Amino acid sequence: MNGVHDLGGLQDMGPVQHEKDEPVFHAAWEGRVYGIDRSLRFIGKWNLDAWRHQIELLPPADYFGMTYYERWLRVDEQLVVKHGLATPKELETAMPDPGSVKATPALTAAVAAQRLGRGIPSSHDPKVLPQFRVGQRVRARNMNPTGHTRLPRYARGKKGTITLDHGVYLFPDTNAHFQGEKRQHVYSVRFTARELWGMNASVRDSVHLDMWDDYLEHA
Amino acid sequence: MDTTRRGFLAVAGATMAGDGAHAQDHDHGDHAHQAVPSDPTLRVKALESLLVEKGLVDRAALDLLVDRFEHKVGPRDGARVVARAWVDPAYKKRLLTDAPAAIAELGYTAGQGEHMLVVENSPKVHNLIVCTLCSCYPWAVLGLPPVWYKSTAYRSRAVIDPRGVLREFGTQLDEDVEVRVWDSTAELRYIVLPERPAGTDNLSEAELAELVTRDAMVGVSQVLPLGEKA
Repeated sequence: MNGVHDLGGLQDMGPVQHEKDEPVFHAAWEGRVYGIDRSLRFIGKWNLDAWRHQIELLPPADYFGMTYYERWLRVDEQLVVKHGLATPKELETAMPDPGSVKATPALTAAVAAQRLGRGIPSSHDPKVLPQFRVGQRVRARNMNPTGHTRLPRYARGKKGTITLDHGVYLFPDTNAHFQGEKRQHVYSVRFTARELWGMNASVRDSVHLDMWDDYLEHA
Repeated sequence: MDTTRRGFLAVAGATMAGDGAHAQDHDHGDHAHQAVPSDPTLRVKALESLLVEKGLVDRAALDLLVDRFEHKVGPRDGARVVARAWVDPAYKKRLLTDAPAAIAELGYTAGQGEHMLVVENSPKVHNLIVCTLCSCYPWAVLGLPPVWYKSTAYRSRAVIDPRGVLREFGTQLDEDVEVRVWDSTAELRYIVLPERPAGTDNLSEAELAELVTRDAMVGVSQVLPLGEKA
């Protein structure tokens, strides 16, 4: 989706505001949202790609107007309803509906600690063949899907070189919509700054993006 | 009992303000009051309370997750990894070829499930990490990202104007240095291995780790020699 989250290359966002000795959380509620969010994700009703897409679906003005953890809070409120973990009325009253079925045991601290170490599924499945190889010239596809994608607009249609094959990963464009994992290879693709931004860019500089097979075509 | 959201929020607010007088302020209406928690505070409290009641979320697990990221995982972990790589060439080699395994060697097992890549700075190459689409960050060794890393300013400009962003962080690079920006668009998480500053030959590994900053491991700054402050 060509959403406002896809920020790479915008120029009117002002200077970077660096806060000295920044706390991890700026208010206690931010930490609670973080914990709630991680706990909910462990339940497994939605995956990380679906969660990211839900953030992307925030109306643009909200996206820019909210702080980072305000976005998380809004999206978690939306996702618990969307996936049937709570009803809008329950959210409204902050109390379970009478007769509401209690979940299977909630994630305990011990299990949470263990699962934190578990990452995103990937594999080196030899049955999933790479479509490209290191050193090859490729072009990022010019595509504008209306759903979730991890191919930023600024790279579409641009030519680059594959520098690494990272192995096999789930395809976010389908996984975010529960349309299958569509495992495929992900590569590091090097684009020169001039290819991306034109002749005023430094001749030496480059941007590396990680790209799935389905984002690429032979150049 | 008032079972509306407003009712819950008012009660929660009063409880958190810890003082009956503030509950009355709520009844008076909308004017802002310093001691009244902001809207997110109340919404989070409501959400947490509901999810705990429904057995979906365990308060002890929340406490653990918050504590882990507020007090345990953080840039000190990454700094130890960098310092080890500076003093131990064999370790550095392992770190650059299999980062998760090398990081786990130092006991940081949170990263074992993460796909991490360490990119090395040199006199001719400077690396910079960004996530233009969201906020992907090597949390397993640096903890949660700072606000600036997640800001629209950083995410938009790091790829098109990396040298300008670096200058804002006080990092001046010569024209002949190559800037390599890594946009974390997939599940790979990047960490910069900064250059070891000159004049640190006599420092111990622990002293070296003290020099390594979070910002240097993201690539917006360099590691300064002892006594120099950014």
